[in-house]
Amino acid sequence: MEKRLFIKGNEALAIGAIKAGCRFYFGYPITPQNDIPEFFSKQLAKVEGCFIQAESEVASINMLLGASAAGARAMTSSSSPGISLMQEGISYLAGSELPAVIVNITRSGPGLGGISASQGDYFQATRGGGHGDYRTLVLAPHSVQEMHDLSFLAFDLADKYRNPVVILGDAVLGQMQETMVDRSYRPMELPPKDWALTGALGRNPNLIKSLYLKEGEMERHTWKLFEKYQRMKEEVRYEVLQDEDAELVIAAFGTAARVSKTAIRLARSEGLKVGLFRPITLFPFPGEALNRLSQRVKRFLSIEMNTGQMVEDVKLSVARDADVHFYGHPPGSPPVPEELLEAIKKVY
Amino acid sequence: MGKIVVNRERCKACALCTLACPKKLIVFSKEPNTQGFYPAEPSSDNECNGCALCAESCPDVAIEVWR
Amino acid sequence: MKQVFKRPQSLKDVPFHFCPGCHHGTIHRLVAEAIDHYNLRERTIGVAGVGCSVFVYEYFDIDVAEAPHGRAPAVATGLKRVLRDRIIFTYQGDGDLASIGMSEIVHTANRGENITVIFVNNTVYGMTGGQMAPTTLLGQQTTTSPYGRNFLQDGYPIRMAEMLATLEGTSFSARVALNTSANLMKAKKAVRRAFEMQINDMGFSFVELLSSCPTNWGTNSLKANERVEKELIPYFPLGIFKERKGTDHL
Repeated sequence: MEKRLFIKGNEALAIGAIKAGCRFYFGYPITPQNDIPEFFSKQLAKVEGCFIQAESEVASINMLLGASAAGARAMTSSSSPGISLMQEGISYLAGSELPAVIVNITRSGPGLGGISASQGDYFQATRGGGHGDYRTLVLAPHSVQEMHDLSFLAFDLADKYRNPVVILGDAVLGQMQETMVDRSYRPMELPPKDWALTGALGRNPNLIKSLYLKEGEMERHTWKLFEKYQRMKEEVRYEVLQDEDAELVIAAFGTAARVSKTAIRLARSEGLKVGLFRPITLFPFPGEALNRLSQRVKRFLSIEMNTGQMVEDVKLSVARDADVHFYGHPPGSPPVPEELLEAIKKVY
Repeated sequence: MGKIVVNRERCKACALCTLACPKKLIVFSKEPNTQGFYPAEPSSDNECNGCALCAESCPDVAIEVWR
Repeated sequence: MKQVFKRPQSLKDVPFHFCPGCHHGTIHRLVAEAIDHYNLRERTIGVAGVGCSVFVYEYFDIDVAEAPHGRAPAVATGLKRVLRDRIIFTYQGDGDLASIGMSEIVHTANRGENITVIFVNNTVYGMTGGQMAPTTLLGQQTTTSPYGRNFLQDGYPIRMAEMLATLEGTSFSARVALNTSANLMKAKKAVRRAFEMQINDMGFSFVELLSSCPTNWGTNSLKANERVEKELIPYFPLGIFKERKGTDHL
């Protein structure tokens, strides 16, 4: 009988991170993710790790940069406004090719917004977010189990690609409690971090930087990063449900997908043939898989807790003769299945 | 009894060494280096006592000192 | 005769690209001398700020991280927390440390992070062409204070060494200058002492070095040295503002 835990999403994520070898956390309080720093403040000392409540999110992301440069598995977490503050640091992490895990427990925006869940940071997460030509891997959990399991993947992929990885959750996922299987972490085979800054003992000095001023350097570096992002495409992950006979497929991620699953059950019970395409990696976006699906299914409904962000990627991916509709449930409260059923019926 | 050697190519003729030398023994060359600076040079080896204050003040680490 | 002065081993044998008479080169050398004195080269990691400081990695033969503008103390915190037995120092100018990085330096000092901060105060923004800095003196003309700094408009210049000395986490805070041989020798001692504090796990150590920027002061290196004496030192007094003895903070 596998051990199960009944815990909050935020805590599940933190537990997963420690299992994956994360020993350094730097963060600043912001609703609705405070369970994460609070958890680490208690637990990291028990595993000889280090927790710092930094003076700001700006300081947090930069402490993460330092710890990562030293070769350690380290992470930070925040929510939308704090993630905005971290964009400079994330850009530097990407430019310096440093692994890092950044968790965004999305709240409503723009500005101070609200503390309820939204999916308004999709663009920020998937289009780089900060300045410059870079991307971060983006993982989108939709359950407490995934909040836990995807943190394993986040640290492995961050190290594999020497790149920041964003875990894009939301207030509902962070605060809800569910049972989850207390899985073990199995380490991925990864190359040693011989690039890390540890003191140049018996080797040439290492350098972590993102400044490229010499002739041709910046161009070469940019293409190098681009090629890396192309290779990242093999990390695509998604879930497809009941698509074999579907007349309409919902495209949704995170909490929107979670509620959609119930809405689909309701729809099916009324004879409507609805399926679900749920991206788990938002970057790389599972565009090819979606395109293959759209060779047969010609109607899609993109459901998001925002006013239309992932829908653009859906439109870019599907076959030319497929219709893409959008239903947006703006932040304020999570969508309910009945409401999504109405939306389904309108376009079915 | 001392001696200084100025790396001509590194010297930018900033003259801080002339300020530092207690015996005012440093002058400027009549020949420019490849950067276009007229580098500093010792005027006479006999009077230099190798105090190294010139080298300490040189921002370009262009001076070596023997005593 | 034996050689009594040569390039420290931690300083690469490459030309400095700093302007003639700029004290950055001297300060790089003082730091390298301190690193060599305690035989730290292979266990030291430098963190470069942004500005004329950004080229630290070109000149020091050690591991170096580049930090975003102002964030070097936070990056150094991350490094030191992972590598507790390594020596971590930051090298920052007055814009990097006292303007955009003010939060990071104050809190890093307040936490008593066991790192060393080298602060180059030349009262202007050098790299970007001579704009006003938080340390620009009253009446000083810069490209963004063309009528001279006026306290009603821009506030007063800020004294970092004194301010950081008030924090419990600071174990060593000193201000030195490089414009005379006597001052330079005291500067050398202070830089060495700052690294010694870190080696002895005493907590945060800080050295502010009053420096020339002949180019952006619109003058030559000799007159710039004079300005340090006549204008900077009166407002930014030299001295050691805090020097912890023993581990009396534990």
